[in-house]
Amino acid sequence: MSAVVTEHDDHHDHGPEKGILRWLFTTNHKDIGTLYLVFALAMFFVGGTMAMIIRAELFQPGMQLVEPQFFNSMTTMHALVMVFGAVMPAFVGFANWMIPMMIGAPDMALPRMNNMSFWLLVAGVLILASTLFMEGGAPASGWTLYPPLVLQTGNALPFAVFSVHLLGISSIMGAINIIATIFNMRAPGMTLMKMPLFVWTWLITAFLLIAVMPVFAGAVTMLLTDGFFDTSFFDAAGGGDPVLYQHIFWFFGHPEVYIMILPTFGVASTIIPVFARKPLFGYSAMVVATVAIAFLSFIVWSHHMFTVGMPKAGELYFMYATMLIAIPTGVKIFNWTATMWKGAMTFETPMLFSIAFVVLFTLGGFTGLMMALSPLDYQYHDTYFIVAHFHYTLVPASIFMIQAGAYYWLPKWTGHMYDERLGRLHFWLSAISVNILFFPQHFLGLAGMPRRIPDYAVQFADWNMISSIGAFIYGGSQLLFLYIVIKTIKQGTGEKVSDEVWEDAKKHGLEWTLPSPVPYHTFTTPPKIIPTEHI
Amino acid sequence: MTDEALEQKNSKLVTKLLLIVIGMFGFGYALVPIYDVFCDITGLNGKVASEAVAETSYEVDESREITVEFITSLNKKTPMIFRSETNKLKVHPGKYYTVNFFAENKTANNMIAQAIPSISPGAAAEFFKKTECFCFTEQTFSAHEGKTMPVRFVVDPELPERYKTITLAYTFFDNTKVVTN
Ligand code: HEM
Ligand SMILES: [Cu+2]
Repeated sequence: MSAVVTEHDDHHDHGPEKGILRWLFTTNHKDIGTLYLVFALAMFFVGGTMAMIIRAELFQPGMQLVEPQFFNSMTTMHALVMVFGAVMPAFVGFANWMIPMMIGAPDMALPRMNNMSFWLLVAGVLILASTLFMEGGAPASGWTLYPPLVLQTGNALPFAVFSVHLLGISSIMGAINIIATIFNMRAPGMTLMKMPLFVWTWLITAFLLIAVMPVFAGAVTMLLTDGFFDTSFFDAAGGGDPVLYQHIFWFFGHPEVYIMILPTFGVASTIIPVFARKPLFGYSAMVVATVAIAFLSFIVWSHHMFTVGMPKAGELYFMYATMLIAIPTGVKIFNWTATMWKGAMTFETPMLFSIAFVVLFTLGGFTGLMMALSPLDYQYHDTYFIVAHFHYTLVPASIFMIQAGAYYWLPKWTGHMYDERLGRLHFWLSAISVNILFFPQHFLGLAGMPRRIPDYAVQFADWNMISSIGAFIYGGSQLLFLYIVIKTIKQGTGEKVSDEVWEDAKKHGLEWTLPSPVPYHTFTTPPKIIPTEHI
Repeated sequence: MTDEALEQKNSKLVTKLLLIVIGMFGFGYALVPIYDVFCDITGLNGKVASEAVAETSYEVDESREITVEFITSLNKKTPMIFRSETNKLKVHPGKYYTVNFFAENKTANNMIAQAIPSISPGAAAEFFKKTECFCFTEQTFSAHEGKTMPVRFVVDPELPERYKTITLAYTFFDNTKVVTN
């Protein structure tokens, strides 16, 4: 990064307003970042509870706890809540907190829109949650909302669609704000190729968001008009085709999975160099790889549809295009490893999570490559193998790096150190249980257990029980995370943290030149950036 | 940079980004005709011509035998009876055949229904030609009326060697509400 000469501005810092109204009307990027993060954490537990219900039902074969329809609602809502309520908002929270501080800006470019996008998110998720209590139950068609099945949803259908609209508008506004901040608010001297990778990955993510969220909004609008206004986009009776929905959905859906992983990459690229005490290996290769991944994500969507009956040329094209993604992804894995190579590594909690991320995400990438081979995907498709694949790319990747980021930045935000012993305990519990939870699902999938079913044949019993046990341990360990976070916000270990918190962190980014806890307003006059090597 | 200049820069950028958003929303809808055109050109997806082809005579290839299967289906809530009088037929490419289907309206009201065909494997669709089909137009049934309806078809001798079986599937949809609205 770049070193900095801090200038103390002597005009008085006016702090936040008092009371609840502060949170309702705030336009301060740090407040809004906090709101997003708190909301995401709450949704992590809501979605987590649904996952526990799923795993409890699957603990044994046979129907135990819930009705099949409700079970299907749980798989659908779990995914929607985790994707749109937990993972995406958590990264937007990081973006709000960190992007201005990393590029030397006083705030986000469009603070009022920032406030609005947060509250639209809350409204969207509340509407989605309210469908649980509606006649006919919450959507139960899977998070992909495939017609014609999804059109059998009861009263919830229009609400689910409307909720997707709000979530879409919210994330588009967030994305526009991030792009405007990065393009227009950088401190003098902070050129694009000096930006930290977290900022870079978010810039690309924001472009993905504005490109694909409108397409998803269009797809669900078509569902709505098919359901209520007699259009026939996906209705065979009127000359439509349900497979068309799958194409539109996955044109959105595949970039969407990268919307969840690119900021994950950004956090990893931020943390690993600090604890390896080395500059990030291959900064510009990392930037190029990010752009390449984003570009490729638009041209591979039909790897989710290998079994719909595509012609051979299509199968081949999507197979090779998908495999291409492994190249820039491999570059990233290589560079993180090279950054650690011969580094003076220490293993604080954020670093532990990051190392586990590099290893376990690679596993998720490998299964992705297996599924990219279209003849083999006929075996894997719609089985638990898929479930194992995307959970490896989302839980020990996105969720791990969100938690790593929280451990890494909380001391800066609050001025309090988290309890390192408890942090490591949380790490080991999570890292071990996540594998007990998801690894057996590979075996289940290969043996033919379909996904999204509440009951299964007895030969799948053992691995399902093990997976459920892993799930309960993993779920329980997250309560420890909640405890650590609350304790850190309150008083932490009581130890006073320095401005740079982590040894030599100042060399790695502007944010560490600010005092801890960070004042309410920062960089009201832009910092002077002394050009240095990338470190 | 002054505040005003920054604001101007921001609103310019926001306008551009909003244009992308609107463009992409439109693109989602544009995929609908693009998809249809694509399927038409390539004959993919088992979408079959919804119009009769003129009866031309082919040279019958007696040496080849293709199995044609007929499947009928109804969605759960369609109040009809629908079946094919033949399940399977061995055919010679180039020769015309007629198969009868039977459909009945189970309600005490008039019904307008539309049958939607689908052929698999999809790539064989363009070689399966129908000169007559109840699926080309909507069918009207009076209360409890049952009808026997023919489909006349030929398999084009150009059909590539690798296809041994073609499945023709029909789903009948009750369109009464849609049409009368
Ligand atoms: C090398 C990289 C990757 C490859 C080659 C790959 C490949 C695939 C393929 C072929 C499928 C479809 C399998 C099927 O349904 O039969 C799939 C599903 C999926 N992937 Fe990946 N993937 C990769 C990385 C990722 C990442 C980074 C994420 C998310 C952060 C992700 C999330 C998902 C999800 C959520 C699904 C399942 C969607 C659903 O059907 O509900 N993948 N992947
Ligand atoms: Cu994909």
